[in-house]
Amino acid sequence: MAATPLLELRGIDKSFGPVQVLHDVGLSVYPGEVTALVGDNGAGKSTLVKCVSGIYTIDAGTVTFDGDQVAIHSPRDASALGIEVVYQDLALCDNLDIVQNMFLGREKVRGLVLDEPTMEQMAGDTLASLSVRTVKSLRQLVASLSGGQRQTVAIAKAVLWNSRVVILDEPTAALGVAQTAQVLELVRRLADNGLGVVLISHNMNDVFAVSDRIAALYLGRTAAQVKTSDVTHSQIVELITSGRSGNLGLPPEKPSDFAARMPPGADR
Amino acid sequence: MTPTTTTTAGGVQVVRPTVASHVHDYWGRVRGGDLGSLPAVLGLILLCLIFGIARPTFFSAVNFANLFSQSAAVIFIAMGLVLVLLLGEIDLSAGFASGVCGAVMAILLTDHGWDWFTAIPLALATGLVIGFGLGFLVAKLGIPSFVVTLAGFLAFQGILLVLLSGGKNVSIRDTFVLAVANNNMSAALSWGLAVVAVTAYGVVQFMRIRGRAARGLVTEPIGIVLGRIVGLAVLLFAAVAVLTQERSINPLIISVKGVPIVAPMIAVALVVWTFVLGRTTYGRHIYAVGGNTEAARRAGIPVDRIRISVFVIGSFMAAIGGIVAASRANSVDPNSGGSNVLLYAVGAAVIGGTSLFGGKGRIMDAVIGGAVIAVIDNGMGLMGFSAGQKFIFTGLILLAAASVDALSRRRAAATGNR
Repeated sequence: MAATPLLELRGIDKSFGPVQVLHDVGLSVYPGEVTALVGDNGAGKSTLVKCVSGIYTIDAGTVTFDGDQVAIHSPRDASALGIEVVYQDLALCDNLDIVQNMFLGREKVRGLVLDEPTMEQMAGDTLASLSVRTVKSLRQLVASLSGGQRQTVAIAKAVLWNSRVVILDEPTAALGVAQTAQVLELVRRLADNGLGVVLISHNMNDVFAVSDRIAALYLGRTAAQVKTSDVTHSQIVELITSGRSGNLGLPPEKPSDFAARMPPGADR
Repeated sequence: MTPTTTTTAGGVQVVRPTVASHVHDYWGRVRGGDLGSLPAVLGLILLCLIFGIARPTFFSAVNFANLFSQSAAVIFIAMGLVLVLLLGEIDLSAGFASGVCGAVMAILLTDHGWDWFTAIPLALATGLVIGFGLGFLVAKLGIPSFVVTLAGFLAFQGILLVLLSGGKNVSIRDTFVLAVANNNMSAALSWGLAVVAVTAYGVVQFMRIRGRAARGLVTEPIGIVLGRIVGLAVLLFAAVAVLTQERSINPLIISVKGVPIVAPMIAVALVVWTFVLGRTTYGRHIYAVGGNTEAARRAGIPVDRIRISVFVIGSFMAAIGGIVAASRANSVDPNSGGSNVLLYAVGAAVIGGTSLFGGKGRIMDAVIGGAVIAVIDNGMGLMGFSAGQKFIFTGLILLAAASVDALSRRRAAATGNR
């Protein structure tokens, strides 16, 4: 696969008051690959994503996008670079249809009037490029869609804007078996279309099914970033639960060291 | 007429709509809990039949014209309330806001000798200021709109009393203002406007179909579009035909015929706000904020500004309602915009099918709901019921409409439609 990462985070620190949530975290996202971001609750996955998407600002560290060092201060900066996040709650309006949702906040207009034909055409093209063939009409209300279809619309909304990195937060958490398979297939297709995909998931089966690389976070640190083909299921579980597995992961003394730094007033 | 699949925009397989599938889809939406204005339209027809059979004068041209002037003020206020309700907010002060704006106009005209073309804009500006104040308190301070506008309800009632120096009645003599709610257009102008309206509607519909077909997008079946145009034409022409008949008791002394001036005013407001809600970015954002505020915020929509703006529009429409009411009554008194005005306006929006829970509703709902309320008020009056009985019946109708809203929401949730 591609040698240079599309998005690279190095030495990211983030504190909320006295609590340091991210500690020297690194993450590399390669184009055409799915990078799974795993970790237990409170490991810092969501915080890291919010730092990348511009909702939080980082305290220290560098973000490199496409070879250039960039500063992301707001969600708008992230979208301008081509970084889109699909949140777990999808952020769709039930009372609007598929096209209206996909263009929400970025509507195409001709003069004063909404340019519905252009939007419908672009939405159709995007869905087709993702090989979505399961909607009855592009003008269907999102309320009438199944969970998997909603997830599809949310993902299509993210890729509509020539985005280059798509971050998916637990896309299969609320789905049944068949719909999970559909969404995972879609995630794989995003990467095959050349995008850098970050998949946050608790489900090891999903992670091993679609990801090319796995980055494990443990208590706000990067435990390891490895190729999926190089590791086993149980190694990843160990990385998530104890931060190391054999010769992978954090050195043995580091977690206790980290715990010692935790009292209020600790800083770097 | 079996639905066949077709490819649209980029090769997505969709069902090609036919008249049959269109009707089937509509029925499916109704069964799924998306009733829209259907109960109100059916109720309106039923009420008209009952009153018409019980009192044949109900169907007379005089009474038909009366319905317009009786309902106009409430319909204008209800149009503003539809926008407020779309965000899931409420404006309880709209009634007295309309009274205050009407009083501002009447006092400027009568006590200060202003002309109508300066007094009316100032009354409308008063509405804008009131709306901005309400919206600011709701959006920026985060006070529930129920409380803010309840305070406004009380305060504006007080302002009205103060403006009218403790309760005097200000009569209006300006002929332009009086004409608004009391005069009719000539028969020629009435017919002309009706023809223009139907033609414009038809042209817009066909332009849209051609534009979509040219891009290979799915279009509505031509039968449905033609049906809508013909339906509008029949309704409009029938109404104009009735209203251009002589309505005067003694035509030799004074001739009364033609469409009341308020009718095209309502039509213009209906077209303008329907256009804003359906065809502009701003309207789309109102629905988005009403449907899912958090999603709208993340999409970069300025939620606070949208919230303030709907209160501004709400009070602006209330000001128009206040001016029309003052014109119809020929005067303003401390009870202008009071008693049942607000409840009728909220009732009109809700009866017409606008949801109290936000995100669902159209401007047309205000017109249909306003017509239902006017018909009840008028018809029960003709049948000799007392004011008390009318209030009880209107209250029950409002309750029925709110129940339909709540039940259809539950049904929609059950069928995965919302």
